Amino acid sequence: MGVVASYIRDIKDTVSSTFEGMSITFSHLMRRPMTIQYPDKIPVPIQETLPHRYRGILEVDLDICTGCLACERDCPITCITIGIDMNKETKQRYFTHFDIDVCKCMYCGICSESCPTGAIRHSTEFEGASYNPAGLVRHFAPQAANLYKPKKGGETEPKLITKVEIGQAYMDEFATPDGGAAEEK
Amino acid sequence: MQALLDQMMKDGAFAGVPREVVYAIAMVLSAVVVLSVFVAPLAGVTSWLERRVWARMQSRVGPNRVGPQGILQWLADGIKNIMKEDIIPTAADQKLFPLAPYIVFMGFLCAFVVIPFGADLIVADLNIGILYLLAVTSLVVVGILMAGWSSNNKWSLLGGMRSAAQIVSYEIPAGLSVLTIVFLAGTLSMQGIIKAQGWGPWDWFMFHNPFTFCAFFLFFTAALAEGNRTPFDIPEAESELVAGYVTEYSGMRFLFFFFAEWGNLYVIGAVATTLFMGGWQVPPVTDNPVLLAILQFVTFFLKAYFWVFVAMWIRATLPRVRVDQLMSLCWKYMVPLSFICLLGTIGFMFISDQGQRIVGALTLGFAIATVINFFRRVGFQFRAAKPELYWRPHI
Repeated sequence: MGVVASYIRDIKDTVSSTFEGMSITFSHLMRRPMTIQYPDKIPVPIQETLPHRYRGILEVDLDICTGCLACERDCPITCITIGIDMNKETKQRYFTHFDIDVCKCMYCGICSESCPTGAIRHSTEFEGASYNPAGLVRHFAPQAANLYKPKKGGETEPKLITKVEIGQAYMDEFATPDGGAAEEK
Repeated sequence: MQALLDQMMKDGAFAGVPREVVYAIAMVLSAVVVLSVFVAPLAGVTSWLERRVWARMQSRVGPNRVGPQGILQWLADGIKNIMKEDIIPTAADQKLFPLAPYIVFMGFLCAFVVIPFGADLIVADLNIGILYLLAVTSLVVVGILMAGWSSNNKWSLLGGMRSAAQIVSYEIPAGLSVLTIVFLAGTLSMQGIIKAQGWGPWDWFMFHNPFTFCAFFLFFTAALAEGNRTPFDIPEAESELVAGYVTEYSGMRFLFFFFAEWGNLYVIGAVATTLFMGGWQVPPVTDNPVLLAILQFVTFFLKAYFWVFVAMWIRATLPRVRVDQLMSLCWKYMVPLSFICLLGTIGFMFISDQGQRIVGALTLGFAIATVINFFRRVGFQFRAAKPELYWRPHI
């Protein structure tokens, strides 16, 4: 009897589970799709929909970069190369180049943690398509640019005030080893 | 068709041409017309619709770029495949390998000879219609086995062997389920079977008695298995066999296999409609023959296409079965059950007409209750299992 009972139960299970499964898939047919049609048919730009702490391609605000080379030293895979030279007459140091190889970068965020001014940080840019690897090397100092020197008692030049504030805000919020979790508590 | 040709010959057209030649040319021409006007767009649109339906059931969008809502996607795919290089591997059998796709295609296309689209819209109303259909669709297995063997490839051979085993096994429940209807209708002719039914669901063979109701589902499952459809697509199971018997094919020949597969879906739907759902029967609303023919065609097409949709739906729902599960499902469950259905229908035919009407009405009531229950379950799933849209509510 047990064999017959299990035989009939098998048939019942097949029919009922197929019935239930088909009702689930049919209900999904009625819902809106979860996916979006990247890159064109989207209501808002994709950058604005990214998560709060998204780590995109690195960007550098050279106006507030002190040239301390902390990021270059801390980078585990040496994807940052910085060249600094000094003008012999004015004793003004300047960048000869500031390159980040996005091909190598693994988006660990250690450079942005060690940066004292928040000049180097993750942007929300993620579209890194290029026809050759050389196109993925980002040159942040296309021509020679002077180093930033923090002033005692806060920045006074109006053009730089906002930039310093943005960098400070980035450091406070993201560029800590725990990602700002301690401050939230 | 033949009557029209006879009339034209009587009127003096094709003077001096032998009768048989005229018939042969007419047959070839009508085959070309059927192929290019009906079957090719049908298989193509089915492929597009399947991808769309499947995508929506998986909460995706699906192909929607070529033409309005992507409806011309099949043309783009077809042109791409035709323009690709047709590779015949050096180690493959040089004669059988190129031939196999055409055998598969022929097996599916021959089925269109007996599919009745309307009271007068049928290529040939053979008196052994359904038997002919079962026979020619079995030709597909020859083509698949040929493709599998001639590819000289382990995956292809395994796929071909699996397909042969599967189709031969599932012929039995399919044939027995068809036999219940043949007993009830008393004829093998497709038109005869349809004429034995009525336009209303209460006159369909599907709701004639509980046994034919079960036989319908057995037939549909077996037909899906014969058409190598998910969940029974083990001959081309991509998780184990790369692409089964089509592994070595490319370009146009590859296209022919899938052309046949998607076209076959419509054949499955059409046969299910003919046998169980009253075919082209429409209520007597008009006397205009043209209007009536259009109405019949639309009715038949919608009924048949509904089952095509169900096949897509099943594909989105059920996982692929294993080979041993496939065989045990066929031999341990479907063959005995279809025998029970056959014997039950035979026994049922001894009951009086009055009793038959009552049991038929009860079966129909059960079916309606099942459908209502189904939509209640859909509503429940929709409310209870609605996923939260995480941080992106605007899509």
